[in-house]
Amino acid sequence: MSDALPFVVAGWGVILGGLALYAVTLLRRLAAARRAAGDEPAPHEDRG
Amino acid sequence: MKTRILGAVALLAVAAASVNALFIVPADLNQGEAQRIMYVHVPSAWLAYLSFGVTALAGIGYLWKRDLRLDHVALSAAEIGVMFTAFAIWGGMMWGQPVWGVFWQWEDPRLTTTALLLALYVGYLLFRRLTDDPHRRAARAAVVGLVAAVDIPIVHFSVEWWRGLHQGPTIGSPDRILNPAAPMQFVTALLAVLGAFTVAWAWLMIRRYQLAAAEARLEDAARRTRVAAARRATVAAARAEEATR
Repeated sequence: MSDALPFVVAGWGVILGGLALYAVTLLRRLAAARRAAGDEPAPHEDRG
Repeated sequence: MKTRILGAVALLAVAAASVNALFIVPADLNQGEAQRIMYVHVPSAWLAYLSFGVTALAGIGYLWKRDLRLDHVALSAAEIGVMFTAFAIWGGMMWGQPVWGVFWQWEDPRLTTTALLLALYVGYLLFRRLTDDPHRRAARAAVVGLVAAVDIPIVHFSVEWWRGLHQGPTIGSPDRILNPAAPMQFVTALLAVLGAFTVAWAWLMIRRYQLAAAEARLEDAARRTRVAAARRATVAAARAEEATR
Protein backbone atom coordinates (compact mmCIF):
# COMPACT_ATOMS: atom_id res chain seq x y z
CA MET A 1 0.00 0.00 0.00
CA SER A 2 1.27 3.43 -0.94
CA ASP A 3 2.15 5.82 1.93
CA ALA A 4 0.28 8.57 0.08
CA LEU A 5 -3.02 6.67 -0.05
CA PRO A 6 -4.51 8.23 3.13
CA PHE A 7 -3.77 11.68 1.69
CA VAL A 8 -5.41 10.76 -1.63
CA VAL A 9 -8.49 9.46 0.20
CA ALA A 10 -8.62 12.53 2.48
CA GLY A 11 -8.07 14.93 -0.44
CA TRP A 12 -10.70 13.44 -2.72
CA GLY A 13 -13.07 12.48 0.11
CA VAL A 14 -13.33 15.93 1.61
CA ILE A 15 -13.73 17.61 -1.79
CA LEU A 16 -16.36 15.22 -3.21
CA GLY A 17 -18.10 14.99 0.18
CA GLY A 18 -18.04 18.76 0.58
CA LEU A 19 -19.42 19.25 -2.91
CA ALA A 20 -22.29 16.80 -2.24
CA LEU A 21 -23.02 18.36 1.17
CA TYR A 22 -23.10 21.87 -0.31
CA ALA A 23 -25.44 20.72 -3.12
CA VAL A 24 -27.87 19.05 -0.69
CA THR A 25 -27.80 22.04 1.70
CA LEU A 26 -28.37 24.40 -1.23
CA LEU A 27 -31.44 22.45 -2.38
CA ARG A 28 -32.83 22.45 1.17
CA ARG A 29 -32.22 26.19 1.59
CA LEU A 30 -33.88 26.82 -1.77
CA ALA A 31 -36.94 24.73 -0.88
CA ALA A 32 -37.23 26.49 2.52
CA ALA A 33 -36.89 29.97 0.97
CA ARG A 34 -39.49 29.18 -1.70
CA ARG A 35 -41.87 27.81 0.96
CA ALA A 36 -41.38 30.93 3.09
CA ALA A 37 -41.93 33.18 0.07
CA GLY A 38 -45.15 31.29 -0.62
CA ASP A 39 -44.10 30.21 -4.05
CA GLU A 40 -43.42 26.56 -3.31
CA PRO A 41 -44.47 24.66 -6.44
CA ALA A 42 -47.23 22.09 -6.27
CA PRO A 43 -45.96 18.48 -6.50
CA HIS A 44 -47.01 18.21 -10.15
CA GLU A 45 -45.37 21.51 -11.06
CA ASP A 46 -41.75 21.54 -12.19
CA ARG A 47 -39.66 24.62 -11.47
CA GLY A 48 -36.42 23.13 -12.82
CA MET B 1 -36.68 20.52 -15.93
CA LYS B 2 -33.55 21.64 -17.80
CA THR B 3 -31.76 22.39 -14.52
CA ARG B 4 -32.64 18.93 -13.21
CA ILE B 5 -31.19 17.35 -16.36
CA LEU B 6 -28.07 19.49 -15.93
CA GLY B 7 -27.82 18.30 -12.31
CA ALA B 8 -28.09 14.65 -13.37
CA VAL B 9 -25.47 15.17 -16.11
CA ALA B 10 -23.15 16.87 -13.59
CA LEU B 11 -23.55 14.01 -11.11
CA LEU B 12 -22.81 11.35 -13.73
CA ALA B 13 -19.90 13.32 -15.20
CA VAL B 14 -18.27 13.91 -11.79
CA ALA B 15 -18.72 10.22 -10.88
CA ALA B 16 -17.27 8.96 -14.19
CA ALA B 17 -14.35 11.42 -14.23
CA SER B 18 -13.54 10.62 -10.59
CA VAL B 19 -13.52 6.85 -11.18
CA ASN B 20 -11.24 7.39 -14.19
CA ALA B 21 -8.83 9.63 -12.26
CA LEU B 22 -8.76 7.44 -9.15
CA PHE B 23 -8.79 3.89 -10.55
CA ILE B 24 -8.15 3.79 -14.31
CA VAL B 25 -5.33 6.27 -15.04
CA PRO B 26 -1.98 4.80 -13.94
CA ALA B 27 -0.11 6.31 -11.01
CA ASP B 28 2.67 8.81 -11.73
CA LEU B 29 6.17 7.29 -12.00
CA ASN B 30 7.79 9.82 -9.64
CA GLN B 31 5.02 10.88 -7.25
CA GLY B 32 3.06 7.62 -7.18
CA GLU B 33 -0.53 7.73 -5.90
CA ALA B 34 -0.10 11.23 -4.42
CA GLN B 35 -0.28 12.74 -7.92
CA ARG B 36 -3.94 11.66 -8.19
CA ILE B 37 -4.82 14.62 -5.96
CA MET B 38 -3.86 16.89 -8.87
CA TYR B 39 -7.02 15.78 -10.72
CA VAL B 40 -9.20 17.39 -8.08
CA HIS B 41 -6.86 20.16 -6.87
CA VAL B 42 -6.41 21.87 -10.26
CA PRO B 43 -10.15 21.93 -11.20
CA SER B 44 -10.98 23.36 -7.76
CA ALA B 45 -8.47 26.18 -8.29
CA TRP B 46 -9.80 26.81 -11.84
CA LEU B 47 -13.38 27.07 -10.56
CA ALA B 48 -12.29 29.44 -7.79
CA TYR B 49 -10.78 31.75 -10.46
CA LEU B 50 -13.89 31.41 -12.64
CA SER B 51 -16.25 32.14 -9.72
CA PHE B 52 -14.42 35.25 -8.57
CA GLY B 53 -14.09 36.43 -12.16
CA VAL B 54 -17.87 36.12 -12.50
CA THR B 55 -18.31 38.02 -9.19
CA ALA B 56 -16.17 40.87 -10.53
CA LEU B 57 -17.92 40.98 -13.93
CA ALA B 58 -21.39 40.81 -12.35
CA GLY B 59 -20.31 43.62 -10.00
CA ILE B 60 -19.30 45.78 -12.96
CA GLY B 61 -22.61 44.89 -14.59
CA TYR B 62 -24.51 45.95 -11.48
CA LEU B 63 -22.67 49.28 -11.23
CA TRP B 64 -23.55 49.93 -14.87
CA LYS B 65 -27.15 48.66 -15.05
CA ARG B 66 -28.24 48.82 -11.35
CA ASP B 67 -30.02 45.49 -11.85
CA LEU B 68 -30.22 43.45 -8.63
CA ARG B 69 -30.24 40.19 -10.60
CA LEU B 70 -26.57 40.86 -11.39
CA ASP B 71 -25.91 41.24 -7.66
CA HIS B 72 -27.54 37.83 -7.13
CA VAL B 73 -25.11 36.39 -9.70
CA ALA B 74 -22.16 38.07 -7.92
CA LEU B 75 -23.23 36.69 -4.53
CA SER B 76 -23.80 33.18 -5.91
CA ALA B 77 -20.40 33.07 -7.61
CA ALA B 78 -18.62 34.42 -4.50
CA GLU B 79 -20.13 31.80 -2.18
CA ILE B 80 -19.36 28.96 -4.59
CA GLY B 81 -15.88 30.41 -5.20
CA VAL B 82 -15.12 30.39 -1.48
CA MET B 83 -16.03 26.70 -1.39
CA PHE B 84 -13.78 25.85 -4.36
CA THR B 85 -10.90 27.93 -2.94
CA ALA B 86 -11.17 25.96 0.31
CA PHE B 87 -11.18 22.74 -1.76
CA ALA B 88 -8.09 23.86 -3.70
CA ILE B 89 -6.25 24.66 -0.47
CA TRP B 90 -7.30 21.37 1.13
CA GLY B 91 -6.31 19.35 -1.96
CA GLY B 92 -2.99 21.20 -2.11
CA MET B 93 -2.26 20.43 1.53
CA MET B 94 -3.06 16.73 1.04
CA TRP B 95 -0.79 16.68 -2.01
CA GLY B 96 1.94 18.74 -0.35
CA GLN B 97 2.51 16.54 2.69
CA PRO B 98 3.53 13.34 0.81
CA VAL B 99 5.41 15.23 -1.95
CA TRP B 100 7.00 18.24 -0.18
CA GLY B 101 6.98 16.85 3.37
CA VAL B 102 4.87 19.76 4.67
CA PHE B 103 1.17 20.57 4.56
CA TRP B 104 1.76 24.30 4.35
CA GLN B 105 4.54 26.85 4.03
CA TRP B 106 3.82 30.54 4.53
CA GLU B 107 6.95 31.52 2.57
CA ASP B 108 5.43 30.08 -0.62
CA PRO B 109 3.82 32.89 -2.66
CA ARG B 110 1.15 30.68 -4.31
CA LEU B 111 -0.01 29.27 -0.97
CA THR B 112 -0.02 32.63 0.79
CA THR B 113 -1.79 34.54 -1.99
CA THR B 114 -4.41 31.75 -2.21
CA ALA B 115 -5.01 31.98 1.56
CA LEU B 116 -5.40 35.74 1.06
CA LEU B 117 -7.90 35.08 -1.77
CA LEU B 118 -9.99 32.93 0.58
CA ALA B 119 -9.87 35.59 3.31
CA LEU B 120 -10.83 38.34 0.82
CA TYR B 121 -13.97 36.54 -0.39
CA VAL B 122 -15.03 35.36 3.08
CA GLY B 123 -14.72 39.07 3.91
CA TYR B 124 -16.81 39.90 0.83
CA LEU B 125 -19.61 37.60 2.05
CA LEU B 126 -19.45 39.06 5.58
CA PHE B 127 -19.33 42.63 4.22
CA ARG B 128 -22.63 42.02 2.42
CA ARG B 129 -24.33 41.56 5.79
CA LEU B 130 -23.51 45.08 6.95
CA THR B 131 -26.51 46.73 5.29
CA ASP B 132 -30.17 45.78 4.68
CA ASP B 133 -30.63 48.13 1.72
CA PRO B 134 -30.29 45.86 -1.36
CA HIS B 135 -29.00 48.54 -3.76
CA ARG B 136 -26.52 50.01 -1.28
CA ARG B 137 -25.32 46.48 -0.47
CA ALA B 138 -25.00 45.57 -4.15
CA ALA B 139 -23.01 48.72 -4.99
CA ARG B 140 -20.62 48.37 -2.05
CA ALA B 141 -20.20 44.63 -2.67
CA ALA B 142 -19.45 45.29 -6.36
CA VAL B 143 -16.57 47.59 -5.37
CA VAL B 144 -15.23 45.09 -2.81
CA GLY B 145 -15.56 42.28 -5.38
CA LEU B 146 -13.56 44.30 -7.90
CA VAL B 147 -10.81 45.13 -5.41
CA ALA B 148 -10.60 41.48 -4.28
CA ALA B 149 -10.35 40.31 -7.91
CA VAL B 150 -6.92 41.99 -8.14
CA ASP B 151 -5.60 38.96 -6.21
CA ILE B 152 -6.71 36.46 -8.92
CA PRO B 153 -3.87 37.20 -11.42
CA ILE B 154 -1.44 37.55 -8.50
CA VAL B 155 -2.34 34.00 -7.36
CA HIS B 156 -2.08 32.65 -10.89
CA PHE B 157 1.22 34.26 -11.84
CA SER B 158 2.80 34.00 -8.36
CA VAL B 159 4.55 30.78 -9.42
CA GLU B 160 6.18 32.61 -12.33
CA TRP B 161 6.95 35.89 -10.54
CA TRP B 162 8.46 34.45 -7.34
CA ARG B 163 10.26 31.31 -6.25
CA GLY B 164 8.53 28.88 -3.93
CA LEU B 165 7.66 25.25 -3.28
CA HIS B 166 4.73 25.25 -5.68
CA GLN B 167 5.22 23.99 -9.23
CA GLY B 168 4.60 26.14 -12.33
CA PRO B 169 1.13 26.51 -13.85
CA THR B 170 -0.48 23.21 -14.89
CA ILE B 171 -2.68 24.94 -17.46
CA GLY B 172 -1.21 28.30 -18.32
CA SER B 173 -1.37 28.67 -22.08
CA PRO B 174 -2.87 26.90 -25.13
CA ASP B 175 0.63 25.71 -26.01
CA ARG B 176 0.91 23.84 -22.70
CA ILE B 177 -2.42 22.09 -23.37
CA LEU B 178 -1.46 21.09 -26.93
CA ASN B 179 2.10 20.11 -25.99
CA PRO B 180 1.85 18.97 -22.38
CA ALA B 181 4.84 17.81 -20.37
CA ALA B 182 2.72 15.04 -18.81
CA PRO B 183 1.48 11.91 -20.68
CA MET B 184 -1.72 12.48 -22.69
CA GLN B 185 -3.65 10.02 -20.49
CA PHE B 186 -2.95 12.25 -17.46
CA VAL B 187 -3.96 15.38 -19.37
CA THR B 188 -7.27 13.89 -20.61
CA ALA B 189 -8.09 12.64 -17.08
CA LEU B 190 -7.44 16.14 -15.73
CA LEU B 191 -9.53 17.77 -18.48
CA ALA B 192 -12.36 15.26 -17.82
CA VAL B 193 -12.52 16.17 -14.11
CA LEU B 194 -12.18 19.84 -15.03
CA GLY B 195 -15.12 19.57 -17.47
CA ALA B 196 -17.27 17.55 -15.04
CA PHE B 197 -16.61 20.00 -12.18
CA THR B 198 -17.41 22.92 -14.49
CA VAL B 199 -20.81 21.38 -15.35
CA ALA B 200 -21.42 20.87 -11.59
CA TRP B 201 -20.39 24.52 -11.04
CA ALA B 202 -22.95 25.67 -13.64
CA TRP B 203 -25.71 23.69 -11.90
CA LEU B 204 -24.68 25.07 -8.47
CA MET B 205 -24.66 28.61 -9.90
CA ILE B 206 -28.21 28.25 -11.23
CA ARG B 207 -29.54 26.85 -7.94
CA ARG B 208 -27.67 29.44 -5.84
CA TYR B 209 -29.01 32.22 -8.06
CA GLN B 210 -32.56 30.89 -7.57
CA LEU B 211 -31.95 30.90 -3.81
CA ALA B 212 -30.63 34.48 -3.90
CA ALA B 213 -33.72 35.57 -5.88
CA ALA B 214 -36.11 33.82 -3.44
CA GLU B 215 -34.30 35.37 -0.44
CA ALA B 216 -34.52 38.80 -2.09
CA ARG B 217 -38.29 38.39 -2.45
CA LEU B 218 -38.54 37.43 1.23
CA GLU B 219 -36.37 40.40 2.25
CA ASP B 220 -38.52 42.73 0.16
CA ALA B 221 -41.74 41.36 1.70
CA ALA B 222 -40.30 41.77 5.23
CA ARG B 223 -39.26 45.36 4.44
CA ARG B 224 -42.76 46.21 3.12
CA THR B 225 -44.31 44.74 6.29
CA ARG B 226 -41.96 46.83 8.45
CA VAL B 227 -42.77 50.02 6.51
CA ALA B 228 -46.52 49.34 6.69
CA ALA B 229 -46.31 48.68 10.45
CA ALA B 230 -44.32 51.91 10.95
CA ARG B 231 -46.91 53.87 8.95
CA ARG B 232 -49.75 52.38 10.98
CA ALA B 233 -47.93 53.25 14.21
CA THR B 234 -47.37 56.85 13.01
CA VAL B 235 -51.03 57.27 12.06
CA ALA B 236 -52.15 55.77 15.39
CA ALA B 237 -49.83 58.11 17.30
CA ALA B 238 -51.10 61.12 15.33
CA ARG B 239 -54.71 60.15 16.05
CA ALA B 240 -53.97 59.65 19.73
CA GLU B 241 -52.33 63.08 19.87
CA GLU B 242 -55.35 64.56 18.06
CA ALA B 243 -57.71 62.96 20.56
CA THR B 244 -55.86 64.37 23.55
CA ARG B 245 -56.12 67.97 22.24
